[in-house]
Amino acid sequence: MATQTLPPEIGRPSTADAESRPSMAMAGADRILGLRCRNCGTREALGAAYVCAACFGPLEVEYNLAAVAGLDRATIERRPPGIWRYLELLPVAEQPRRGLAVGSTPLVRADRLGPALGIAELWLKDDTRNPTLSFKDRAVAIAAERAREFGITTLGCASTGNLAGATAAAAAALGMPAYVFMPADLETVKIDHALAYGATVVPIDGTYDDVNRLCLEIADETGWGFVNINLRPFYAEGSKTLAFEIAESLGWQAPDVVVAPIASGAMFTKLAKGFRELADLGLIERTPIRFVGGQAAGCSPVATAWSRGTTVIEPVRAPTTFVRSLAIGNPADGRYSVELADASHGSIEAIPDEVTAAAIRQVAGLEGIYPETTGGVTLAAAEAARRRGIIREGDRVVALLTGNGLKTPDARTLGLAGGRAAPGEPGLAPVLRPGYASFEAWFEGNA
Amino acid sequence: MSAVRIPPVLRASTGGAKNVEVDGATVGEVLDRLVATYPGLASQLLTPDGTLSSFVNVFLNDTDIRHLDALATPIGARDSLVLLPAMAGG
Repeated sequence: MATQTLPPEIGRPSTADAESRPSMAMAGADRILGLRCRNCGTREALGAAYVCAACFGPLEVEYNLAAVAGLDRATIERRPPGIWRYLELLPVAEQPRRGLAVGSTPLVRADRLGPALGIAELWLKDDTRNPTLSFKDRAVAIAAERAREFGITTLGCASTGNLAGATAAAAAALGMPAYVFMPADLETVKIDHALAYGATVVPIDGTYDDVNRLCLEIADETGWGFVNINLRPFYAEGSKTLAFEIAESLGWQAPDVVVAPIASGAMFTKLAKGFRELADLGLIERTPIRFVGGQAAGCSPVATAWSRGTTVIEPVRAPTTFVRSLAIGNPADGRYSVELADASHGSIEAIPDEVTAAAIRQVAGLEGIYPETTGGVTLAAAEAARRRGIIREGDRVVALLTGNGLKTPDARTLGLAGGRAAPGEPGLAPVLRPGYASFEAWFEGNA
Repeated sequence: MSAVRIPPVLRASTGGAKNVEVDGATVGEVLDRLVATYPGLASQLLTPDGTLSSFVNVFLNDTDIRHLDALATPIGARDSLVLLPAMAGG
């Protein structure tokens, strides 16, 4: 694999005028055929539907890629940054006129962290920088626009944390009310984040899976647009933009290995779909990509199934992990995630919380990027896959850091010895009196 | 009789009924009789070999039956069963 220096951020448009926006001629009905069941192939008209009426399987958006066969790299590169530069491959009729500035996050070469993990060419997709500090902004942008197109006037979500802020912020920008349901014991900062945007936050005394079950029933009864329930076919497609941006940042190439966290598995599987669609359009060469997933050991139903060689997911009733974003005991796309890892010759790794916390400190200390706990899981999964031989010498590896460390303060001290830091030692120094003598005493070791 | 809540996507098979009452000593018996009463549900709830589809999650009084004794879980007259799609969330 070539090791040329690649731009750390995707190219900015050479002409950011109105003509560089995706044209209406390539948008809309011609390229979006409708919904189609992944299980039995039954087709349904576009709508806020997510379950096949024939077999109860998952509905997905069906595209007519032939309608956008003329899309080329130069056209995309001329467009403004953000997810809408890939409009032809997204399930909305047209680019929204309002909304947050989502996407076009940096792909950073990790020249210090990579060797520490035994990976010579490691790239970090820094999605800690989206408007609400996680990749969820991508999915919600699509779902919110579809909700608007369907005439839905209230947004909702069942959240493990990051989705709460993303949904609340998107709704605020669009002037829509939002109901955010989340486990009551989530990190306070995630609850505060959603509240700041004016959402109605409904804490639930239960696990994420309890919240999800409740929201299924609420979605049925209220007709609200729950981004990850009745708008899920559209929402899930938003994660493809991670693949599009990675390929574009790498000079329209796919990496050898992609490492990503797995909660429901929707993002993990849509990454593969994103690369596949680029290859279908001839925008990248079709090359094999190994997909490596990471889960928290305290809630790892998908990793467990993968390690047992089965696609049957045994749900986890009571997750025991501080990686709350991945604490889904009953992951909807678990089966498909196992199938992807197997078919691509990848793996799914289960990471203990202490290892996750150390991995966060390692990437922050070596690269200056501070991911949330899912990022720690992802990097530890990359290291585990390297040890396992899934990641090989010379591979170009992209690891996804999908959320910001400021959201998961619990990770800061886990696994560290107690006590106060000595001078020059990473950690929190003791509280000093505001006089030089106090500093000097501590600095000289006499405090 | 146990109460079974039918989600909207299945109501075409139950004549629009949102809640139905079904007899049975176990969850499996209740589901068998539900499908016998409303044969249109078979393609949605069961695989071709007659087992419960992995796309369906069944909750007994808000608890996933896979955390109980699955289809062998006893069910009483005052219990409620909810059928929900598995492909949601995240």
